[in-house]
Amino acid sequence: MSYIDNILFVLILAAGFGYFARNIKKLIRNIKLGRDIDRTDNPKERWANMTRIALGQSKMVRRPVAGILHIIVYVGFVVINIELLEIIIDGIFGTHRLFSFMGGFYNVLIGFFEILALGVIVSVAIFYIRRNIIKLWRFAHGDLKGWPKSDGNIILYFETVLMLLFLTMNAADFHLQMAGAEHYIAAGSFPISQFIEPIFSGMSEGTVIIIERAAWWMHITGILIFMNYLYFSKHLHILLAFPNTFYANLKPKGQFDNLESVTNEVKLMMDPNADPFAAPAGDAAEAPAKFGASDVQDLNWVQLMNAYTCTECGRCTSSCPANLTGKKLSPRKIMMDTRDRVEEVGRNIDANNGTFVDDGKSLLNDYITQEELWACTSCNGCVEACPVNIDPLSIIMDMRRYLVMEQSAAPTELNNMMTNVENNGAPWQYSQMDRLNWKDEA
Amino acid sequence: MSQENLTVPTMAEMMAQGKQPEVLFWVGCSGSFDDRAKKITKAFVKILNQANVPFAVLGTEESCTGDPAKRAGNEFLFQMQAMMNIEVLNGYEVKKIVTACPHCFNTIKNEYPGLGGKYEVVHHTEFLKSLLDDGRLTIEGGQFKGKKITFHDPCYLGRANNVYEAPRDLIEKLDAELVEMKRSRRNGLCCGAGGAQMFKEPEKGDKDVNVERTEDALETNPEIIAAGCPFCNTMLTDGVKAKNREANVQVMDVAELIANAKDL
Repeated sequence: MSYIDNILFVLILAAGFGYFARNIKKLIRNIKLGRDIDRTDNPKERWANMTRIALGQSKMVRRPVAGILHIIVYVGFVVINIELLEIIIDGIFGTHRLFSFMGGFYNVLIGFFEILALGVIVSVAIFYIRRNIIKLWRFAHGDLKGWPKSDGNIILYFETVLMLLFLTMNAADFHLQMAGAEHYIAAGSFPISQFIEPIFSGMSEGTVIIIERAAWWMHITGILIFMNYLYFSKHLHILLAFPNTFYANLKPKGQFDNLESVTNEVKLMMDPNADPFAAPAGDAAEAPAKFGASDVQDLNWVQLMNAYTCTECGRCTSSCPANLTGKKLSPRKIMMDTRDRVEEVGRNIDANNGTFVDDGKSLLNDYITQEELWACTSCNGCVEACPVNIDPLSIIMDMRRYLVMEQSAAPTELNNMMTNVENNGAPWQYSQMDRLNWKDEA
Repeated sequence: MSQENLTVPTMAEMMAQGKQPEVLFWVGCSGSFDDRAKKITKAFVKILNQANVPFAVLGTEESCTGDPAKRAGNEFLFQMQAMMNIEVLNGYEVKKIVTACPHCFNTIKNEYPGLGGKYEVVHHTEFLKSLLDDGRLTIEGGQFKGKKITFHDPCYLGRANNVYEAPRDLIEKLDAELVEMKRSRRNGLCCGAGGAQMFKEPEKGDKDVNVERTEDALETNPEIIAAGCPFCNTMLTDGVKAKNREANVQVMDVAELIANAKDL
């Protein structure tokens, strides 16, 4: 007996998982470039959110057509991957349909997989039509020009091919089972692939075995390739949606964080007993923290994970008042830019033996322009719309903070507003002493 | 409408008399200075007076909450404002605050506690709803009976703090026909004023946000567009003017609707 198949299979498997693990490590390193933030409070609510939003797809179905199609593809991929376990064991040990000892239950399982596979093919076809033929606004949007558009379509091709290979494999198997071919025990039920089976009639048993084997090998290597494609694609969301919803903000959406470094300085300023010339307490040598964010290292790790999680569906942008009225700001682009920049920084670290060498670029200006940042109304429409709780607004706010507190680069009208607040306690030029005048005005 | 006889005690006066009001009415900058918003302030005070709610204002001791500075990115200025206000509020031992401005509401409710200002904060529509529920306020339909009213959700009341029903409950009490826009509640579209946009020209685009939102409202063929925020009120009023519909569509705050219905 030859073990070449088994050895080849183990090698392919090891290569597939090995490369994947390497990239996941890189992904985690890149996410950890972000500042620390504690998101471990309220574990109960976090688990509940993850279960409801990621596992349960509760925010997806707010747009019912896309939502239901997405659930079919999602359930299809999760469930059909149970079959992967059998394929891997069969591949390593040279068995065939090892799980068939389960008898009737196995038949139900395989039958169910087949129906889901068809469901996935149909849903993916509709997705393709929505993207390329109907050209839905958010998919025809300028954000997706070039690679992101191809990325979306490549994923759809991949999913279709994988499902077709799965069904072809089953159809050939079914044909061989009926022909009584050696090794091909009668197992499984084939509600879908039985309609493919007739194409094999008239072919020699040997040919059909080759087809069956080819489909089997291409299916499993295809899955390994697809898995490794994730890191380079927006499709990472199938993994990151879970931690992303778990670590998402639990506070009211209107609550923006109060910068602690600012609090300390303001307290010092307002304390009549403070000695302005006193040496700073604690680590005097420590450079004062930068206010706000101009690059990805100034953002926190949850914001960077957000960027990797984004699958560019554009629900945020289609809810954004600025984008809907023709402004440059697009919350989806904020996330895509953040990911592109963190990837660039990651490549820089790889090329320089683990340290980042200043490349003269930053997230601000080279990726995200000031015009985009100043178009935001902070309405939280994007945050509400995101099916996996990504928060583009927090990035916009952190970058505004950098512009205003580090660069004094606010638009003139906002500087006037702030001068008024500072001098007379109102955004307009009215005296604080006139605050109660309304009471006596006719 | 009678303009006179508003009873508006200040916290300082209350304190001098050794009294503590049930609630502090945080008027806000718009409510204090903007001509349109001052009418909302007065309408709300009239209701409070009529319902005999012991309230007070800070008057000249009130200052901007710092919201527009914070959303513009100026955390320093925000925290300066916040800490000064908190010092005043804590000095008067304020427990409960009501405000007709969702921006002040959000800031004091969510961002002051971390700086030492912990109060129960309610939006005026929530407060009016509670007066109604407690039987301290009655609302009759009056002039709004059967009228088509659509409610615009302020971002900082709705999405930011999940208050969607209180203003709607009040409008329904007017026996009015409440009609929803295609984008409402958590999907409500911003009026365009948030995030300090109120104080600057919009960035370059092909339309103004307030016009886009006003079109949503006009699609419902309303007689009145109801708002719960002085900024939204300004933006939508301008939008209605831009669409040349000011002759037959009014933009009114929920407090004004109630005050008018009661002929206050």
